[in-house]
Amino acid sequence: MDTIAVLGTGRVGTAVARIALDAGYAVHVAASGAASEIELLAEIMTPGARAMTAADAAREADIVVLAVPLHKYRNVDPAPLAGKIVIDALNYWAPVDGVIDEFEGRGLSTSEIVAEHFTHSRMVKTLNHIGYHEMEEDRLPSGMPGRRALAVASDDSEAAEQVRGMLDRFGFDALHSGPLVTGRAFEAGTPIFNGSFTAEELRKELSTSVAALAR
Amino acid sequence: MQLGAYSFGDTQRNPDGTLRSTAEAIRNLFDAIVHADTVGLDYFAIGEHHTVDMPASSPASLVNAAAAATRRIVLSSGVSVISTDDPVRVFQQFATADAVSGGGRIEITAGRGSSVESYPLFGYDLRDYEQLFEEKIDLLLTINRGSPVTWSGTMRPSLDGLDVVPRPVSGSLPIWIGTGGSAPSSVRAGRLGVPVSYGIIGGAPHRFAPLAELYRRTAAQHGHTGEDIKVSVAALGLVAPTKQEALDRFYPGWVNLNMEMGKLRGWPAPDDRAYLAQAHAPGAYYVGDPDDIAERIVHLHGHLGHMRHFLQMDIGGLPQEHLIESLTLLATEVKPRVERLLSKK
Repeated sequence: MDTIAVLGTGRVGTAVARIALDAGYAVHVAASGAASEIELLAEIMTPGARAMTAADAAREADIVVLAVPLHKYRNVDPAPLAGKIVIDALNYWAPVDGVIDEFEGRGLSTSEIVAEHFTHSRMVKTLNHIGYHEMEEDRLPSGMPGRRALAVASDDSEAAEQVRGMLDRFGFDALHSGPLVTGRAFEAGTPIFNGSFTAEELRKELSTSVAALAR
Repeated sequence: MQLGAYSFGDTQRNPDGTLRSTAEAIRNLFDAIVHADTVGLDYFAIGEHHTVDMPASSPASLVNAAAAATRRIVLSSGVSVISTDDPVRVFQQFATADAVSGGGRIEITAGRGSSVESYPLFGYDLRDYEQLFEEKIDLLLTINRGSPVTWSGTMRPSLDGLDVVPRPVSGSLPIWIGTGGSAPSSVRAGRLGVPVSYGIIGGAPHRFAPLAELYRRTAAQHGHTGEDIKVSVAALGLVAPTKQEALDRFYPGWVNLNMEMGKLRGWPAPDDRAYLAQAHAPGAYYVGDPDDIAERIVHLHGHLGHMRHFLQMDIGGLPQEHLIESLTLLATEVKPRVERLLSKK
């Protein structure tokens, strides 16, 4: 569990790559094109990360973080991601990003929809409810008072457990909220999405929000 | 270092919080630009925005009006949402202002915009977000290189040897790319060899240093050198005689703006601590007295090497007299301090 591939070189992707490098992971970064197109970007924005194609980056990684623009997730070939733990850090936020038809009307979270594309991957929803500069600024060592907690939703408890371990190395507490469907409790616009919580506070908030989903 | 301001228009509020007229907001903005020229500010940009509280939907119209009413100040859009506009028309409008002004002080800053209101308004599809920007910036730069223009793409009908007039007095207009600071946007600006304007609206501004380096090195890699490779910074801020007055004057508008955005985006009520953190170094809001603002601009210059720093002052119903005083202080008090501090370096 020592290599992380980050697909996407925007604000979220470069922030995740930097905190993964700080946590001691080997990091591969990829955009939609050739590795050479992002070599300089990787050298300056994510020093220590290797620029690769998305397929190569994923093939050699244990965990793949999706940080591409939401409307482009279908451009990522699911084949090299088969069997991998895939973190969906995407958000659908119509007031900001505009309406995208496939995310409307079904009452599903982004991750449930994205998971239909990556059918053979072990989908985990997390890292979506923290701002990209908070990811770098809010990190604290394990056990520090006030350490921020992130929610992790997945149908695959072992994958959720591994991602919790990764987040702990990054500098965050992490709580498994339950199956992927419970990720609806921290989609854009929810209190969890809008706030910042310690583990204890997040546990309380999740129990209320997840219970509300069932109704 | 050039100093200036930018605005999306700022609709005033009645004592009960309701919004006054959008026409008044445009008139206020026009008056502020003329005042900025009178007191000697270097730059004023009008950002295309399509909401009732920020109604400066037509930067080209205001730039043309101001071109006729000012003498020295550089006028620009900040930004023109080029993705949902016609680059031919945008170029013609700004080239017209260039002719009216006598030449040499009209610029275009092209961007994707911070919000998506222009898509339904002009009938564009958000799925084409990247492609629209990529093609239209290419067309705009092609038109700027000379006329007649030959160009083809997929988002707009082709041009086959057609004239686009008037031509700018000095042959071409400075065209900038405005970006919120993602790495791929910096790469694009460097690859195209155009100046880049960073909109910094939160977090410590010196975090943009790697982006500016990425921009400059990408430009060099693609053989772009010389005076077109430069960086400017747009940020929120307000200058007042004292730090406390600046904090007190900017705060109500900041709350209003965050309430408006919060209603739209489902955000919680704005947080005073966040305001104070952002309004003091190394935060992103340049809210302070002339010494404070000058020191922070010069500090950022040490990280970014930018040549222009301009502030959005009028948000959430800032009283017009506070805007006017802030523009005056920026020109007459902050600017000499910045020059003095930079000359010591």
